[in-house]
Amino acid sequence: MGRLTRGGFTLLRAHRTGVDARSGRWQVVTVGVSAAELMPDGRWPEPLRPLADAVELHLRPAPGGRGTELSVRPLGGVATLPGMAAHLVGDDPDGYLRQVLRTVRQLAETGEVLRADRPAAERPATGPPGTDGPVVPG
Amino acid sequence: MRALCWEGVDRLAVRQVPDPELRNAHDMIVRVRRSTTCGADLPMLAGRVPGLAAGDVLGHEFLGEVAEVGPAVRRHRVGDRVVVCAAVACGNCWYCRQGLYSCCDNGTATGTVGEAAWGQPTGGCYGHPRTAGGFAGSHAEYVRVPYADVGAFTVPDPVSDDRAVFASDAAPAGWMGAELGAVRPGDVVAVWGAGAVGQLTAQAATVLGAERVIVIDRYPERLRMAERHTGAETLHYEHTDVPAELRERSGGRGPDVCVEAVGVADGGGRPVSLADRFTGRGGPVEDPLAVREAVHACRKGGTVFVSGTFTGFVDAFPLGAVMHKGLTLRSARQHGQRWIPMLLDRMARDELRTEHLATHRFDLDQAPTGYALFRDRADGCVRAVFSPHG
Repeated sequence: MGRLTRGGFTLLRAHRTGVDARSGRWQVVTVGVSAAELMPDGRWPEPLRPLADAVELHLRPAPGGRGTELSVRPLGGVATLPGMAAHLVGDDPDGYLRQVLRTVRQLAETGEVLRADRPAAERPATGPPGTDGPVVPG
Repeated sequence: MRALCWEGVDRLAVRQVPDPELRNAHDMIVRVRRSTTCGADLPMLAGRVPGLAAGDVLGHEFLGEVAEVGPAVRRHRVGDRVVVCAAVACGNCWYCRQGLYSCCDNGTATGTVGEAAWGQPTGGCYGHPRTAGGFAGSHAEYVRVPYADVGAFTVPDPVSDDRAVFASDAAPAGWMGAELGAVRPGDVVAVWGAGAVGQLTAQAATVLGAERVIVIDRYPERLRMAERHTGAETLHYEHTDVPAELRERSGGRGPDVCVEAVGVADGGGRPVSLADRFTGRGGPVEDPLAVREAVHACRKGGTVFVSGTFTGFVDAFPLGAVMHKGLTLRSARQHGQRWIPMLLDRMARDELRTEHLATHRFDLDQAPTGYALFRDRADGCVRAVFSPHG
């Protein structure tokens, strides 16, 4: 059994050991572009491409002209805890795949990955010291 | 730069924080000229919203001058005076193309963290916890504006800052309540809440042809303001039986459209519990008195629109009345990008006046005092508006 570490969790590649390769739940996102735009020449979109040997992928047109439904799931045998338990122990491949799919969609629809403001802890304050205002009474 | 930071439950302070920076090609930096308090801030101030961290900058309803633009920004140049929609949205996803900007698929930079609270991540908002995108608030000297071509709008010259700042959030929220509430000519419309959103809902209902608009609150000065500036009738809910009064004023039918524009209880309610923080499932159970009254008062087959800010769950919701009366129940965070150009046009033509809502004005250094007034509805405060650059 192969172990692939991606994004802080471990995908167990059980398909080589004969475990049902279709046991994982599909994670699906609707992307507002055609399949040809999403995967030109069949190339997997970033950041899904590095997972090509760890997940299977399925495309189909979304109803109502909404674009393309992009589905992925781990290549079988992923022994994960359900829902909240997986989240709590930090081993949540489904959550990670949803995050990856969300990024795929954002790149396809906006051309970039939206970044949060940098936390203040990462960048020192500049300029003269601030003036503390009064505190709202409790 | 200076900014108003949340320090803990009911504690605010003006601090020195890092200047914002361009983080994406579609970003711009805005030098803030006006930034106003909003009822949506009160649950955060009260510590009822999971995810807010000490040091986070509040504020989401603002206007300013463009100070810097990213390489992909096309509609704005340095020096433009712009009002910025409080909702952060990409303009390209399916939801944005339907005009449902606050539901944007790409409006947050914090991934799937909104799943636990709402089922799916929604669009972003400035000055909220990271579940709302990871964007610092506008009660600051400068603020970063993502998707600037989609969310920022040039203010027509005749429109003052004090008027245009309300095009950021309160005015589109008010318009939304009337439009999505499906107000039609001849309707009787009841609005719970005579704050800024309630008053602007009443104005919008009148513009859309409502025959009779009735605003309900318990603050006499707000009710007088609603009468004077919107032409609405008013009810003081501590002095009268509101459902009976509404029946009487609507021929026994009940209002055709009922808009709840109250949101949280006075003072913002109780702080979020440790269990709520642990599960990330939003704030504690709320008691939606105004929503409940609106459902009971509304005529059969009418529409109830919920505009107020609810952060989690509600208790004792009269679902049976919704079903048996055939009501349409709608709600949303405002989809401002859909209405702001129209609202600015109306402001420029003097058809929409909002500056009276700015009852109190402060420098940024006095912002905590402004929030105390706003939170407590003291001294007739409807909105406290801050001018970070004097």
